[in-house]
Amino acid sequence: MVQMDAPPLLEVRDLRVHFKVFGGHLKVLDGVNMVVRAGEKVGLVGESGCGKTTTMKAILRILPQPPARIVGGQVLFRGKDVLQMRPDELRQIRGRGISMIFQDPTAALNPVFTIGQQLSDVIRYSHRNGRLDARQIRSKALQSLKEVALADPERLLHSYPIQLSGGMRQRVCIAMALATQPELLIADEPGTSLDVTIQDQILRLLHNLVVERNTSIILITHTLGVVREVTDRVYVMYAGSIVESAPTKALFAHPKFPYTRGLMQSVPRLSGGGVAEGIPGRIPNYLNPPSGCRFHPRCPYVMEICRREKPPVFTVGEEHYVACYLYAC
Amino acid sequence: MTDVTGSWASGLPGEAGRVALVDWRELQRRSRRENIGRAWYKFSRNPLSVAGLVIVLTIVLLAVLAPYVTPYPHHAGPFTDFANAKLPPNPRYLFGTDTIGRDILTRVIFGFQDALLMGVIVLALVVPPGVLLGLIAGYNQGTWIDTVIMRITDIFLAVPPLILALAIASVLKPSLMNSMMAVSLMWWPWYTRLVYGLTSQLRNEYFVKSAETLGASKAHILFREILPNCVSPIFTKMSLDMGWVILIGSALSFVGLGVQPPKPGLGTMVADGARYLPDQWWIPVFPALGIVVIVLGFNLLGDGLRDLLAAEEI
Repeated sequence: MVQMDAPPLLEVRDLRVHFKVFGGHLKVLDGVNMVVRAGEKVGLVGESGCGKTTTMKAILRILPQPPARIVGGQVLFRGKDVLQMRPDELRQIRGRGISMIFQDPTAALNPVFTIGQQLSDVIRYSHRNGRLDARQIRSKALQSLKEVALADPERLLHSYPIQLSGGMRQRVCIAMALATQPELLIADEPGTSLDVTIQDQILRLLHNLVVERNTSIILITHTLGVVREVTDRVYVMYAGSIVESAPTKALFAHPKFPYTRGLMQSVPRLSGGGVAEGIPGRIPNYLNPPSGCRFHPRCPYVMEICRREKPPVFTVGEEHYVACYLYAC
Repeated sequence: MTDVTGSWASGLPGEAGRVALVDWRELQRRSRRENIGRAWYKFSRNPLSVAGLVIVLTIVLLAVLAPYVTPYPHHAGPFTDFANAKLPPNPRYLFGTDTIGRDILTRVIFGFQDALLMGVIVLALVVPPGVLLGLIAGYNQGTWIDTVIMRITDIFLAVPPLILALAIASVLKPSLMNSMMAVSLMWWPWYTRLVYGLTSQLRNEYFVKSAETLGASKAHILFREILPNCVSPIFTKMSLDMGWVILIGSALSFVGLGVQPPKPGLGTMVADGARYLPDQWWIPVFPALGIVVIVLGFNLLGDGLRDLLAAEEI
């Protein structure tokens, strides 16, 4: 399904984002590089606060500016830089090109309109050619609610978000995000605010839907098991940059970057061992981030050069890249 | 009602579209009725709010039907009857008569007309531009657009409202229309402030971000996502402001800048009658009570709406 030879659908090059706060600038994104090909299912993992959501918001240009400022880099969608687009070009990309599902489905739905009104709006302004009449919009809205396996869609169309459960709301959000038929779907921890069983259902549903449509997806999640199951490729992010990227199988078989290894070990196992020791320390302060490799204060294998210089990206296997001096040779 | 539930349970996929079309309209109507019923229940729990509503409705009805319900409709104009001048309240003239023999009850009821007109027209002039500016400034918070709009707003807010209205009304020719314009000019910044505050919070809500990521236009975001979420506070403020605008209008006509004689203005009547205190007390007191009742009515109603709508928002 993944078109390897075609030019990438989305390419993020050296993206840098700073936040202006009292006392200076938070250097939150420190050169993020990632590539998503058409039809590719990409996982983005990393601990809370490492800049995953910021990267995604920067891609869609919905970061509040100020305080955020995109200091450098490019976001190429189908070869065009999103960061340089005029507002009307940007509107073409949003929705039809890239759409996004947010963490909290409650906040992502307008409380004063019914599901039907909101869904109809999305269908109306994402429709490419010609106008739709009320009946067509309604049947499309019903169709998209059925696709996300919601029972009794007719009644749902006339319900307000407050009348729905969290899982139902997230399904509605998915329906809205897919109603625009995007080429790339960004799912930012779509299950985090839901309980574990519902989270599992939602992720499976999402997976089936994107596979069916051959939509590319960037899935941000903390659940490594899900990443292993549903993605083709994984990017590991630490403190504002991608530290390792590899095909999912390769990454889980041979994690290279010390942080990735720590991440894998942090997963509690049912058989033997219990909860592992995890990674000591915390994510660094972005106001004065560590020099060189940002992971060096927590790294068990730290070398002299790590403190001085930011490591370049080394190739350690087929399509397997890691930004760590341990693999310099 | 039972057949409604029955048919969407049993509707076959093929005919679902047609059957459902009838059902959801009925469903919608039912839920709307239910919501109105629930809102009324909540509103009616507070006797003061109900009193406010009753007062406002009564005054509006009286004002609209003034020519038919007042005992001496012709007393509202330039009429004199010196034989019956300065009569204290009696069965023929319930509120007494003024210095030239006109029935005060009639004139108070006619006075409600201009008082209400003042409130309605001022709010109609003030709310749309005030809200629009607030939306634009709030959505562009932190940019030069925000700075320009909000600093101009601040300038208007810095001048004491009544003084500004007095100044404007005295430069222009004294008339009801000009006093409305004067009050409007000083009133819009409050709506800009209110909506600015709401918008600058709402624009960071995820449903707004979500609409942005789905390719919605700026107009859609301002008017379909943000504005509907500001409606309750705007309505509440409007009903509270009705009272205040009427009060300021009366103050302007008290100093001779509002309603011009011989038309009955509540403020004008109080001003004219003030010098007959305390002997002919009924001449200024009944028009003054008229102002009190109308302002009180709108304030009680506004408080009721505030409680009602704030609770609905959660």
